[in-house]
Amino acid sequence: MSSPHIRQPDANVRRVMSHVLLALVPGIAAYVWQVGAAILVDLAIASVAALAAEALVLRLRKRPVAITVGDGSALVTAWLVALALPSIVPWWLTTVAVLVAIVGAKHLYGGIGQNPFNPAMVAYCTAIVAYPALMSQWPAAGHADFATQLQLILGGSREVDAVTGATALDAMRTGLRNHAEVNAILATDAFGFAGGRGWERIAAGYLVGGLFLLATRIIDWRLPLGFIAGMGITAAIFWFAAPERFPSPLFHLASGGAMLAAFFIVTDPVTAASTPRGKLIFAAGVGIIAWFVRTFGAYPEGIAFGVLLMNLCVPLIDRNTQPAVFGQRKETRP
Amino acid sequence: MLAALLVMTGIALALGAALGYAAFHFKVEGNPLAGQIDAILPQTQCAQCGYPGCKPYAEAVAKGEAEINLCTPGGDDGVRKLAELLGREFKPRGTPVEKLKTVALIDEQTCIGCTLCIQACPVDAIVGSAKQMHTVVSRICTGCELCLPPCPVDCIALVEEPRTPQNWRWKYPATGLKVVA
Amino acid sequence: MISRLFGFRGGIKPDSHKAESSAAPIRPVPLPPRLVVPLIQSSRGSARTIVTIGDKVLKGQCIGEAEGLAGTAIHAPTSGTVTKIGRYPMAHPSGLESLAIVIEPDGEERWIGTEPLEPAAASREELILRVQASGIVGMGGATFPSHLKLGKGAGIETLVINGAECEPWITCDDRLMRERAADVVAGAKILRRLSGARRILIGIEDNKPEAIAAMTAAARESGIGKDANAVDAGDDAIDIVTVPTRYPAGGEKQLIRALTGIELPAGRLAADFGVQCFNVGTAHAVYRALVHGEAMVSRIVTVTGNVERPGNYEVLLGTPVSRLLALCGARPDTNRTLMGGPMMGFTLPSVEAPITKGSNCLIAASPTLFPPAPPEQPCIRCGSCARACPVGLHPFELYWSSRARRFDDAGKYHLFDCIECGCCAYVCPAHIPLIDYFRFAKSEIRARDEERRAADQARTRFASRLARLEREKAEKAARLAARAAETRAGLAAGDAALVAAAVERTRAQAPAAANDKAAPTPEAG
Repeated sequence: MSSPHIRQPDANVRRVMSHVLLALVPGIAAYVWQVGAAILVDLAIASVAALAAEALVLRLRKRPVAITVGDGSALVTAWLVALALPSIVPWWLTTVAVLVAIVGAKHLYGGIGQNPFNPAMVAYCTAIVAYPALMSQWPAAGHADFATQLQLILGGSREVDAVTGATALDAMRTGLRNHAEVNAILATDAFGFAGGRGWERIAAGYLVGGLFLLATRIIDWRLPLGFIAGMGITAAIFWFAAPERFPSPLFHLASGGAMLAAFFIVTDPVTAASTPRGKLIFAAGVGIIAWFVRTFGAYPEGIAFGVLLMNLCVPLIDRNTQPAVFGQRKETRP
Repeated sequence: MLAALLVMTGIALALGAALGYAAFHFKVEGNPLAGQIDAILPQTQCAQCGYPGCKPYAEAVAKGEAEINLCTPGGDDGVRKLAELLGREFKPRGTPVEKLKTVALIDEQTCIGCTLCIQACPVDAIVGSAKQMHTVVSRICTGCELCLPPCPVDCIALVEEPRTPQNWRWKYPATGLKVVA
Repeated sequence: MISRLFGFRGGIKPDSHKAESSAAPIRPVPLPPRLVVPLIQSSRGSARTIVTIGDKVLKGQCIGEAEGLAGTAIHAPTSGTVTKIGRYPMAHPSGLESLAIVIEPDGEERWIGTEPLEPAAASREELILRVQASGIVGMGGATFPSHLKLGKGAGIETLVINGAECEPWITCDDRLMRERAADVVAGAKILRRLSGARRILIGIEDNKPEAIAAMTAAARESGIGKDANAVDAGDDAIDIVTVPTRYPAGGEKQLIRALTGIELPAGRLAADFGVQCFNVGTAHAVYRALVHGEAMVSRIVTVTGNVERPGNYEVLLGTPVSRLLALCGARPDTNRTLMGGPMMGFTLPSVEAPITKGSNCLIAASPTLFPPAPPEQPCIRCGSCARACPVGLHPFELYWSSRARRFDDAGKYHLFDCIECGCCAYVCPAHIPLIDYFRFAKSEIRARDEERRAADQARTRFASRLARLEREKAEKAARLAARAAETRAGLAAGDAALVAAAVERTRAQAPAAANDKAAPTPEAG
């Protein structure tokens, strides 16, 4: 082993991952407050499934188990999957989704650091394609009947009407299909200040966590900024053109998984672009695609598709946005 | 049905014509094949392949007269590159031992100045004349060993090039998760 | 004149650990029983020994002659007797041995008494020749021959004197500037004359306030006598510039960038951009060599780390490392010794290796001070390395390609712009020994290029040999044909005497033809 002979004391993967987990706490707290404690059960199921799957696969692949399981990366994936799925999906769907993320999207490609696609988003897409009905049943905000939710999670009868409600994106979509105007739709009781009633507070929780990650420099500011700009500017253009047919940028950013994606999904360093300009392009691409899928596509939420499509483009983006190295830039003084 | 067939045939013909045109008009003028093969060969000129040098072997391979796995100094790596270039099946050489670069050294006490090694050297790396002591210019020597058999007094030996800070190489880092002290 | 400070990107702030060794003044080292002076002391080639075993030498006497223009001379570090010339362990990460001259000191320390030069009176050529003859190389660690840098002496605008000393633990430049500021400034002024520069910028990191104060005072003082000194005619002030403490601020490129805003691309010389950079130690050595006639026979070495008496020592070249460690009281749990700083230095393969011109620091390392590297984990492309890289590289891309031995890709990601400062590996959360991979890839690429060069050469030589054999065959055939024609003509004339003569001639020529075949003249390559 040659130089350097010293290392930054606090530089380790576990620190990075634990910061991400910590940053998710405000959002989760808001989730519990607004929707109910069921999400905690989901998180627990996802965590157990992820750690077990990670340990098992590492063992099969004859890789050291303790150090990789201990770095917390599987937990981050698990939590993101749990938060991306509706909190009242049955336990087995959460488990399957986590297995898809850990085994299919991560280890089949060579394990942490090697996967081209965001594991949580692969899991989300698999779930929404395989179980579209379950994936469309979101709990309504303010309906914090824990027992009912728990029963749904544990696979009891799916008498869901009592607890679910249309999400903001769903309600907007249905309304627009019925030729209602944006303002009229927003007046219905699915909506709060800017996005879905209750859910916008969860989004605010994610935003707080995201700012913490920015402050600790765990994530690069270009990724959230690119995503917010990509989605926001696209939405703004159409909103200015026809405000009665296209909701505002604020609505888009406050609804669905926009904030979770901006600070926790597109910021996954493994699958995002790595160059400074590339990060902006990558994240903006996700935002733009997500807006188009939301507005014109068959699914109410399109962030996962945006992420996966842009994951495909990462090598191309990186290759064409390599920054100039020292001495190749213009001299700052003649 | 018929319309579909006609459309497909039409498309096939149009594409075929376009490809043919492209192949004809945008033909890439590359190195002649023998030159490309020669560029892969290690240029030791050792003749172990049965041809008098790297170029003749390259020409024979290009004509399809020789197998691609005859070059000893090139090793499996070289065969693999040839297989890739020629689109042929890779054939292992069997002896992929990595040798340190060696150069011939003439024992100047024993040399009788017979000039036989000078005639054998494919790259003219040995200087000297009749009845005079010979010596090897080690910077030029390829280590092909062709000078060994003709020497009547066995005064030539192959020696490893000395390691200097200039040609010393850093090793591939010990990977995996073993703790390195 | 107040210089604007330019930043450079990236960099890290490791614990400095300078206080351990910077408190005490520079101390001399008692003469060791023998000195082993390697013939390789500069980054450009080695010297040729000009002494034999048994020779009596004086301190400062040339014992190794510069080979070629790029070579630098080697001198006896003390007076004594040459007892051996042989191969000894080198202060190099490879653990290779190099040819060295062993001198047994007579304890008298008698200088050979080289005539000092008066920098103001001597010609530029004379001075540069003296720099070369005194064996002066860059003392920051790179050991590039200084006379080569002084080159043509035209087109240089700024002379940068590097007193940044950004690596943790090392304090030899700090102490040198504190104690011998006037000499350093005098050396800098000589270098300014030799390089033809107009102004001098001396960059010092802000964690060395005493050195900054001493150098500022020395520069002010030297400015007072300015008019009396012809060297200084028409020059501007000497600027002491304080640079923020951030590793690697003392890297040549980083310091030039910080002080002048000029970025030197990889593979280009600073001189092309009107800048020249010397270490403070080099400036001091130039002053000693020219004004005092003392060749480079010693240097200041920081000995620190796991030792009882850390500090800076004036060490004769050739002093074994083990002796210094013993002098400073290396503690029993010392498990290895680093030469150079912890960021760019290397583990000494043997403590019997001698101090050379580039040895600025010795660190006794213990598992507590320098814990073994944590296990390597997979790269998560977090980008910490790219943020820390002072050159603006993406170390993780280089890592992927180096690890997979895709050397062409590594080249495309500017592997050879890497200055091996170690910032990337320092911050890597996956504890990947990135620099190890880069060094591996670099040496593989260099070896491959060398192989390619050798193969091209062999190909050309083989082709020209074939052509020559072909030509000789043709010439011989032509000669034989001519002779045959002559004979035929004779026969046709029916002249029996002519035939007889021809036969005779052929016989006489046969051995000559055989000789022709036997001894072809090798072509010069």
